[in-house]
Amino acid sequence: MATTACFIIVSRNDIPIYEAEVGSAAKREDAAQLHQFILHAALDIVQDLAWTTSAMYLKAIDRFNDLVVSVYVTAGHTRLMLLHDSRNDDGIKSFFQEVHELYIKILLNPLYLPGSRITSSHFDTKVRALARKYL
Amino acid sequence: MAPVGPRSGDAIFANVERVNAELFTLTYGAIVRQLLTDLEEVEEVNKQLDQMGYNIGIRLIDEFLAKSNVSRCVDFKETAEVIAKVGFKMFLGVTASVTNWDADGTCCSIVLEDNPLVDFVELPDTCQGLYYCNILSGVIRGALEMVSMKTEVTWAKDMLRGDDVFELQVKLLKQVPEEYPYKDDE
Repeated sequence: MATTACFIIVSRNDIPIYEAEVGSAAKREDAAQLHQFILHAALDIVQDLAWTTSAMYLKAIDRFNDLVVSVYVTAGHTRLMLLHDSRNDDGIKSFFQEVHELYIKILLNPLYLPGSRITSSHFDTKVRALARKYL
Repeated sequence: MAPVGPRSGDAIFANVERVNAELFTLTYGAIVRQLLTDLEEVEEVNKQLDQMGYNIGIRLIDEFLAKSNVSRCVDFKETAEVIAKVGFKMFLGVTASVTNWDADGTCCSIVLEDNPLVDFVELPDTCQGLYYCNILSGVIRGALEMVSMKTEVTWAKDMLRGDDVFELQVKLLKQVPEEYPYKDDE
């Protein structure tokens, strides 16, 4: 089943530090920009919602046509945002948790400045593999 | 009282005070990051790490000899084995192996399969020439210099650059005979 999914990680200063199209559908140029636009528009909602709950996983917070935005907020206010069209809540939660662990490992690298772009190809490969597994 | 024989690396490691490995790794990472910020040139950072290692090595050798009770090494081969098996085990908790002896026994490679200093580290593109563990080469050079061996220690393989192990090449340049600091006729 072809799914569209766009995953970005936004730091606490609202700067995107990682983005990836992880859906299994064919990627179209205009769709990618639209996806990023939707995700950024959802940031305001996330900001308000994050303070209302102590859970890290905020489920679906916004909709656009039939695409849903789900967000996971880390303790350092780094937001992992996923735009998708499936309804697989458990899978998405597990996906976020595993990406969070990978992100922690990146943070432990002393040569990585927190808030800068994640350029590690190792991280990229792992995230795409996790996306195939859970989404 | 009979003199105590040399103790194996494991036995000493079990008796010395230990520190949390993550604290050690993160502290070393902070040192390297600060050096990179202050000095900005990767070559300068490499040299500083080597110098820091040298200063550590000249002091570490005394602690090593006191705790491990090894007897005087007969030749350089034995020295290298002692460094790899007892020294690394005692201070870093990992065992290294010695390989690649050259024909006259003055040059060898010490191979480390895992290295607590580099947990979670990935070299970014801006620091490609950095020898992250250069402090280790300084430590070995400093320690051997205090026991009258002038050596040259370089990195042959580095896991952060894509190789599968860490390999230090230790080359004995010369044995310096002990010199008394005072002249006899004064």
